[in-house]
Amino acid sequence: MKERFVQQPMPKLSVEERIRSFREVALGYGREQAIAEAKRCLQCKEPKCVKGCPVEIDIPCFIRLIGEGKFDEAILKIKEKNSLPAICGRVCPQEDQCMGQCVLGKKGDQINIGALERFAADYELEKGVKNPKFAAPTGKRVAVVGSGPAGLTAAAELAKLGHEVTLFEALHLPGGVLIYGIPEFRLPKEIVRAEVDYVMRLGVKIKTNVIVGKMVTLDEVLHGEGFDAVFVGTGAGLPGFLGVSGENLCGIYSANEFLIRANLMKAYEFPEHDTPIKVKGRAAVIGGGNVAMDAARSALRLGAKEVLVIYRRTEKEMPARLEEVKNAKEEEIKFLFLATPVRFLGDNRGWVNKVECLRMRLGKPDASGRRSAIPIKGSEFMVDAETVIVAIGQKPNPLAVRATDAVNVTKWGTIVVNPETQGTSMRGVYAGGDITTGDATVISAMGAGKRAARAMHGHLMSTHR
Amino acid sequence: MNGVEILKKEELAPQIKRFTVSAPLIAQKANVGQFIILRVDEKGERFPLTLIDWNPDKGTITLVFQEVGVSTKKLGKLEVGDRILDIVGPLGNPAEIKKYGEAVVVGGGVGVAPAYPRIKALKKVGNRVISIIGAKTSKLLILEKEIEAISDELYVSTDDGSKGFKGFTSEVLKGLLNQGRKFDFVFTVGPAVMMRTVAEVTRPYGIETVASLNPIMVDGTGMCGTCRITVKGETKFTCVDGPEFDAHSVDFAELIARQQTYLEEELRAVRVHEGKVCSAADA
Repeated sequence: MKERFVQQPMPKLSVEERIRSFREVALGYGREQAIAEAKRCLQCKEPKCVKGCPVEIDIPCFIRLIGEGKFDEAILKIKEKNSLPAICGRVCPQEDQCMGQCVLGKKGDQINIGALERFAADYELEKGVKNPKFAAPTGKRVAVVGSGPAGLTAAAELAKLGHEVTLFEALHLPGGVLIYGIPEFRLPKEIVRAEVDYVMRLGVKIKTNVIVGKMVTLDEVLHGEGFDAVFVGTGAGLPGFLGVSGENLCGIYSANEFLIRANLMKAYEFPEHDTPIKVKGRAAVIGGGNVAMDAARSALRLGAKEVLVIYRRTEKEMPARLEEVKNAKEEEIKFLFLATPVRFLGDNRGWVNKVECLRMRLGKPDASGRRSAIPIKGSEFMVDAETVIVAIGQKPNPLAVRATDAVNVTKWGTIVVNPETQGTSMRGVYAGGDITTGDATVISAMGAGKRAARAMHGHLMSTHR
Repeated sequence: MNGVEILKKEELAPQIKRFTVSAPLIAQKANVGQFIILRVDEKGERFPLTLIDWNPDKGTITLVFQEVGVSTKKLGKLEVGDRILDIVGPLGNPAEIKKYGEAVVVGGGVGVAPAYPRIKALKKVGNRVISIIGAKTSKLLILEKEIEAISDELYVSTDDGSKGFKGFTSEVLKGLLNQGRKFDFVFTVGPAVMMRTVAEVTRPYGIETVASLNPIMVDGTGMCGTCRITVKGETKFTCVDGPEFDAHSVDFAELIARQQTYLEEELRAVRVHEGKVCSAADA
């Protein structure tokens, strides 16, 4: 009976192999392992895991199919609800969602639902993805702005319903944060390409290098280009900075810049690829989220002598996924808790070489429910660092809506939406993902894309041109 | 088909080229002061170039660049009929163009090219435009005739004295001010060191001076912060807040330091790139 309570371990690249390359760290279950893990599932009559899934995948059903060795059927079951399973299987915070709800957790290990989703998706990708079924065309045209998780999901869902969808992307490659932000070693770009390709096979047209708000406004999309509805999923693209002195010294990156250079521009293959990145000496990463972990582990692979994560609270309050913190620790990333930078100091050439920090202590829980971090007066101390990456969060990107005043935004720059329909204050315009919530997760953005698609379908089918 | 087609290629000076490319959407929306970001090929960098000219009817835009690093060298090798893989724009804010009276435009090096649309625009709204253009040497001086044709006065300088005044454009400006000339507005575009000096020349006179900044950029849409600079003690992103700022408020020392972030890598990349080109030619 013991096997029922023990999770199949995820095979991983050895630490030595990891830190020398950007190869994917988690290698995924093989067939035997997947079947063994699937067979642990209790097949609950009222599955709690499904309630924890923002896109409502029939989890017990696809797990049962894997357990029976029916992998083709398993992936079809997943794809009824989720068009990006190989991505979700890798980057969803399952411990807070589906897996977190698994009742097996009461007596032992929960089912590794993410690893099983990934197994089914990878199985299909390796075999060759079947062409999806097409719905009858509705004659309605929809524009989707931004090709990140929210936009890709909205586009896929709308295409499946028979609408003609055009996806506009500002960068030169589709995928949004999946391409520019999440590193290769956590989410291989080949996987993103394959799932974007699937969305295109659903009939979605993708136009890269188009900045809505600059090249064409939302009004023009709706009234000039003849689209019947628009979904805005432009994400949280603006980097947050600390606003302390010396922050513009050379060698200080926003996490966005660092990750864009490394991922989107493949700077880790410089000079084979033309975009450089500079990592020297000890690298300090400011922040405690997933982006901070991605930046820290990237810095290590790019040649930092040592990487130190500086976080103002303690390990317990870190917003990063446990798995990623564990990976970082295995790779000997160091952590400095209860500290925050107050000043950066540089050499006479304008390069950073020291970070002045202040010790913090924990206070009462704040609005986010986490205990607040309170600076301790007079506790300044110096940390050596020749590379600094500021990963303290991203803000919404205002470009798409800046050119119109018909879309209401909050004082934080997020678009105001009806939480049930994702509809904005502008008729025919919907929004979802980080542009409405501030920086959150891939799967919550996908959930919003899905809700929006459902509401947009209703709107489209009830209006006549 | 991917990318945009090069319709015309001209060499304005050794290593300085002018491309006319087909980009109808950008041509329709372009304004003075804005720029585009391009990527030459699959492995290329994203880098910005100022829009020099555009024709909404023909759907074309004009770009001028100097071959300094790998990316500009690769771009310079493209011929008419070739395609630039990615181009996006117009980016940045349109310039504020208004009637000042006597307006000076100071352009240096390849920065003479973006001076051209500014002179044209300032003229159009009724300014008297005094153009000061300069280069290291006469061979590298570009667009002299075109600029002469649209300026009320033109002054030329070269560092080595091979043409016009021997010295810097900023010295020409200083000379005119010393003579008692009164100017209502100065616009400067070119190397950061030159723009800094121009700002210092006009500061004591309190003349409104605007500089078009040229930091390193990656996405050009406000995402990365590579192009951040300090203006009046506040951090600004050149791509979305600029690219033009009050020259008297810009921390030019910081801009210059940040521009040199990848100097070593750029040299290394050029060596690797040229090595490859040689061995390919040998084979």
